[in-house]
Amino acid sequence: MTITFRQETFRDDFTFRNSPDNIRRFPFPFDHDAYMYAVNMEPHVRGAPNSVFENLIDVDEHYVAEMQDRALVLKEDPLRCQALPHMMAAQWDTLELIMEHQAADYPEHFSLTKDGDLWHWINRPLGIDDSFTFGDASTLPYPPMEYITRQAQGDFCIVDQRDGNLWMDAGMVTTQADWSLDFDIGMNFMEWHGPVPLAHQIGVFDRALKFLLNLQQGKPTRRLNWTMTVNPRLDTSPENYHKWGPDRLTVTPENVGRKMHLRVELQSLWRLPRSNAILFVIRCYLISLDELVTVPKWARRLPRVLSSLPPEIVDYKGLTRNRPIMIDWLNAYDDGAPTSPGIYPD
Amino acid sequence: MSINTEMAVRVAAITQVAAAVKTFRLERIDGAPLSVFSGGSHIVVSMNDGEQLRRNPYSLMSSPDDTSAYEISVLRVANSRGGSAFLHDRLEVGDHLTISQPVNLFPVDHRGRKHILFAGGIGITPFLAMMEQFTRDNVAFELHYAMRSRTHGAFWQQLLERYGPRRIKIYFDDEKSLIPVETIVDNQPLGTHLYVCGPSGMIDGVLLTALEAGWPKENLHAERFLAPPAGLPFQVMLEQSAMAITVGEHQSILEAVEAAGCEAPYMCRGGACGQCETAVLSSDGELEHNDVYLSEAEKAEGKKIMICVSRFKGQQLVLQL
Repeated sequence: MTITFRQETFRDDFTFRNSPDNIRRFPFPFDHDAYMYAVNMEPHVRGAPNSVFENLIDVDEHYVAEMQDRALVLKEDPLRCQALPHMMAAQWDTLELIMEHQAADYPEHFSLTKDGDLWHWINRPLGIDDSFTFGDASTLPYPPMEYITRQAQGDFCIVDQRDGNLWMDAGMVTTQADWSLDFDIGMNFMEWHGPVPLAHQIGVFDRALKFLLNLQQGKPTRRLNWTMTVNPRLDTSPENYHKWGPDRLTVTPENVGRKMHLRVELQSLWRLPRSNAILFVIRCYLISLDELVTVPKWARRLPRVLSSLPPEIVDYKGLTRNRPIMIDWLNAYDDGAPTSPGIYPD
Repeated sequence: MSINTEMAVRVAAITQVAAAVKTFRLERIDGAPLSVFSGGSHIVVSMNDGEQLRRNPYSLMSSPDDTSAYEISVLRVANSRGGSAFLHDRLEVGDHLTISQPVNLFPVDHRGRKHILFAGGIGITPFLAMMEQFTRDNVAFELHYAMRSRTHGAFWQQLLERYGPRRIKIYFDDEKSLIPVETIVDNQPLGTHLYVCGPSGMIDGVLLTALEAGWPKENLHAERFLAPPAGLPFQVMLEQSAMAITVGEHQSILEAVEAAGCEAPYMCRGGACGQCETAVLSSDGELEHNDVYLSEAEKAEGKKIMICVSRFKGQQLVLQL
């Protein structure tokens, strides 16, 4: 399957758009007309063809543009990519996982050949052709995690498992929904989830932690998370809040369809073999409301979800000011008809 | 949805390595590479012993980077539940087994600047893989390995040759040489981690000595090979399956459930990981908690049971299975 990569921006003039085929691929996160935090994990196995679940590491038409945006973010702020010293085995585990998946599922774009420890990696879309020794960081132009995550869509956190807990000890985080790797690095599972409302009290994190501590090799898991973003901006980091925060004040009933985006994270968690750490992939997808309402089921469901959100979640996800504008605009597409269960378009 | 990641392997070699210890070399039947793993991992081996399906965990002793085969070593235990007897007395080269993916409940703490390993008898096995890993990663370690006798102890000569006498210290019970645990744990540099694997009494002794010497518990790591203990047979009612089963003397609840054709979640089969936690709907007797997973409060409350190792004394136990 050959992908046509788009030329587009996620800042300044915001030329990002989804092609029509890509709209139907979008991981719409709501399977019924309401939303609450849950341990909504399911086995990360190949899903429906022409969906984002078709391959376990998803590469799409935005690949090249996203990697260019990542490079810009890192140039401005190198602290978006950090690894504590004891995480080197986990970095190599991560490099292997991403290279093997991308090469296996997108052979027109990526090639990986191995001769013992001598590996040869070709990334055609980015024009990369490198030979290196697996396990010897001096043979790569960047440390292993940084090297490969500059060539993979989504944010990546490598979490060390020890003392009955998980520790955020390495990461490449440039497409985040308002959290800071530099602030969180070294924290454990409960600490880095500290700010999330409601979920702690209903025991979501206790159960999620127990589940993840028992995550096994060969059995990755996944879940969906979501928020809304004004403009298709990937870098909605605390570090750059002064740049994107004010965007919330620019939304009007006339421009909300174009400007407001549903932002969905396809999160997958993988047990890494050499290090026994866990790779946490946060793959970010954006869709404008204009694009979203071309799928009638989603157009009906989204305003119903937004109207019924608990106030704590509205507040935590930064929706307070613009939720009424969104609901008003979306209601035009909600004829009150029932929506089918599940996330896929009819 | 239960995804099966088990692998079919053939026994490629069986080697007697000490008086009552055999090493089994396992290779995938389909010839595909095995997964690399982290030192301290074990696999669960499923064996068809006549009518009985046995599933036992064994530490991986082979190099974590070796994808051509996995090696395990098994001590022939006199009062074996059947696993070691089967492997030693009935299994032959060429036979087929099913194994799980590696699981690690005894991992290395990667922050450690030095790692001290205490092995007792067959407890050496996870350390063999760990030491390969330490060597690959150029990390400081030392091993203190206690054995019954020179003929009962496995691998000590190879270890001395490979890693040298400064890192490998050996002790034989019948020569009255004992590990000077107190001396060793005294004055280690900050950032040292300690690992112990062997008989329960040895583990308790080493951990206690280290704690009393002021070591933080986060720097102490132990793997106990908990075999499901035996006991009087008892009845269990599986509420969701609407089935009554009998748990035999040398059988765990989990094994009895599986023998009845039901599937129950499990992972380590040794009372440590929590995966087999099952709700107790009613019990008119006494739960015998043999696991190291539930808290004291949870054990006292009696609403949960780890079915891979725990037992019951009484008339009837009703489980949510």
